[in-house]
Amino acid sequence: MLTKIKTYLDTNTNAAPLSVFRIGFGVMMLASIIRFWSYGWIEKLYLEPKFHFTFYGFQWIKPIGNYTYLLFAICGLAAFFVLIGFKYRIAIITFFLSFTYIELMDKTTYLNHYYFITVLSFLMCFLPANAYFSLDALIRKKQYKQIPKWTIDSVKLLLGTVYLYAGLAKLNSDWLFKAMPLKIWLPSKYDIPIIGETLMHKDWFHFAMSWSGMFYDLAIPFLLLYKKTRTLAFIIVVIFHVFTRILFPIGMFPYIMIVSTLIFFDATLHEKILNIFRKGISFLKFKTIALSDQAYRYSYRKLVHPILIVFFALQLVFPWRYLVYPNELFWTEEGFRFSWRVMLMEKAGYANFKIVNSETNDFFYVDNTDFLTPFQEKQMSFQPDFILEYAHYLGDHFKSQGHQNIQVFVDCYVALNGRLSQPYIDPKIDLYKEKESFKHKNWILPFNDEIKGL
Amino acid sequence: MFKKALIFLTIILVAIACSSSDDSTGSNNVDDGFDRTALLTNVADNIIIPAFQDLQSKLSALDTAKEDFLNDKSTTNLETLSDTWLEAYKVCQHVQMFNIGEADNVGGSEERGFVSFFNIYPVTVADIENGTSSEDYDLNTSDYFDAQGFPALDYLIHGVATGDALPLDKFTTNSDFNEYSAYLTDVMAQMITKNNAIVNNWESSYRNTFIANTDSGLNGSFNMLANDFLFFYEKGFRAEKFGIPTGVFSNGGTLPEKVEAYYKSDVSKELALEALTAIEDVFNGVSYTNNTSATSINTYLEFLGNEALVADINNQFVAVRNAINGLNSNFSQQVIDNNIQMNAAYDIIQAAVPKLKVDMAQSLNIVIDFNDSDGD
Repeated sequence: MLTKIKTYLDTNTNAAPLSVFRIGFGVMMLASIIRFWSYGWIEKLYLEPKFHFTFYGFQWIKPIGNYTYLLFAICGLAAFFVLIGFKYRIAIITFFLSFTYIELMDKTTYLNHYYFITVLSFLMCFLPANAYFSLDALIRKKQYKQIPKWTIDSVKLLLGTVYLYAGLAKLNSDWLFKAMPLKIWLPSKYDIPIIGETLMHKDWFHFAMSWSGMFYDLAIPFLLLYKKTRTLAFIIVVIFHVFTRILFPIGMFPYIMIVSTLIFFDATLHEKILNIFRKGISFLKFKTIALSDQAYRYSYRKLVHPILIVFFALQLVFPWRYLVYPNELFWTEEGFRFSWRVMLMEKAGYANFKIVNSETNDFFYVDNTDFLTPFQEKQMSFQPDFILEYAHYLGDHFKSQGHQNIQVFVDCYVALNGRLSQPYIDPKIDLYKEKESFKHKNWILPFNDEIKGL
Repeated sequence: MFKKALIFLTIILVAIACSSSDDSTGSNNVDDGFDRTALLTNVADNIIIPAFQDLQSKLSALDTAKEDFLNDKSTTNLETLSDTWLEAYKVCQHVQMFNIGEADNVGGSEERGFVSFFNIYPVTVADIENGTSSEDYDLNTSDYFDAQGFPALDYLIHGVATGDALPLDKFTTNSDFNEYSAYLTDVMAQMITKNNAIVNNWESSYRNTFIANTDSGLNGSFNMLANDFLFFYEKGFRAEKFGIPTGVFSNGGTLPEKVEAYYKSDVSKELALEALTAIEDVFNGVSYTNNTSATSINTYLEFLGNEALVADINNQFVAVRNAINGLNSNFSQQVIDNNIQMNAAYDIIQAAVPKLKVDMAQSLNIVIDFNDSDGD
């Protein structure tokens, strides 16, 4: 066994797929940053709000005023350096740090695919993506055609994990037997050309989409791994992601996934792609770079291997942490994030906060629009950790205004996957006294229904 | 094989690039089993347009009464002016939520649109007094949004100016009596101009635009209508008429001076009931001119299989009406005499909010205003 592992770790493979992956990643990230900036979202999501929802343990990470633009500029520049493979190691580490910082600034904007980028860029810090066809290779006048096979496999493993876990998360009664939440989302897309009028409101179509989505996520990593099914799998990948792009506002994610899955193809395809690039940049008259006859060697193998083993072990275990919490996961959302639970719920809430003076029993309600943007209010109103953090913010705010004996209560209603709304938070609990932790929040009222499955 | 896949990919990418860029254009005859055009037609032809037209005729009557009063500043003429004011104010309750089309373009604040010129209260009397004494005011500036419309008329007709003994004195014995008369005329003219622009727009072109716009996106007519409906219930009805006076949004007691029609004093309940009728009628598609009903939000919800929710919401509206009926016709007095009862009524009104903003909005999958970032 050990020798098998050792042989595997020493196996080399063609570097072209990883170089194409690096270029694709750089292009997608650069485009994402430019897109985000051009839509005015930096201003809207990070500068306009008075208050930001932070991640537990990362409360110190906040937008940094107008320097936030600088942060995005650094992140975009790093993506460009990754793209051209210039100072790759520094560039990808800078990208990972700046992107992760951006994502940690306000959890209102949390998306699984942003988390995916964080995780992927972390992995890429350890990969020799500049070994071949990069500016670094041009500068050091040497490029490696061979790199360790595990480096490319690790990217495949990560992609496979994302799909597989997204598929496992769909194995629940709401998704499979109620076709929820697609039954809510699809009928409202009635104005899509052709299928909008004919399919979107049909019951069988909701079920067909739910089940095929589940099969897609579970099967696609394997279909991509086997050579015989690979091309078909890629066509399915394209159709699936393009379809989700038409139906839902999911930004760059479909394109990122389509480009990423190219890594499953073997090197001949990637060499063809690189040849196209070579033609494209031929006017720059770069000298041809000598190919090293040696394979790329890691300088810190003893460090890199254990780090990545721990990294993947965490990736595989972390999504299951919800099992240690009581009650329905979709309801409490304890252990919901960072687990590839994508498009699983239609959840909406309404939270009405009440500030009470415990001595006099005087009270007043809070107008959430005084403190939160509509987007923040929407996200806050059905997620317990948001509700708690906001309650503390309100308590602190009114304390600083001279109010005394402050208690913060909330009257909160949440509707999940088409069920009628029900009370969500115990209205008798003074949230100002409750502390955030990884422990179960016992002031979340029980879910009146049951969702079976994973 | 792979080349084919690449070509395929390109075609599809081009297809999305095209399809995602046209989400704001209208498309007719969308048929998914629910007839959205019929819904929009019913709401436009039987509710929105007749209500704005009625406001036009009531404002015209109000203007005549104002002319009569200025020609003969008698107590009787002032009373007639007051009566016509109340008639028009009641109609205003029926149009206030429709901040759509021209109503959203006549120059009001971003949030309130045309309501800025009709019903921002409490009225700021100091602005009126400064305006009349300096003769320097511009009703189109945001500073004057809370010093015009029905609340300003309420003060001019029923309020007593500093140093005066009677409401009538503003126009007769007050040193600025000419300016008060001019201010009254200006406020009237402003309301008539703005409402005429809205009515003309609906009659000439916007009706067809509105009905044709069956898009599902943020700017689709139904989506705008639903958002305006929710906003009116929560802000124009719940908060302004009940929540703010009863003191639930402020620390330190009640605010009886913040009720609607404070100076007339005994009509706040009547106006609130009128607004509730407007809300129920939009929800159930009941015609403004007669009691026939046709397709509206209720039938849409039923189409989506939410009959129980429709019943639940209508029952809550009944509970709201009962609670309001038990209140003093003068909310200001109600808040002073028995705020606990006012608070209880507020709680019943509040109880409908989650049903509307969570359950109804979720099952209709309404795009909530201004949120355009990505999802996953």
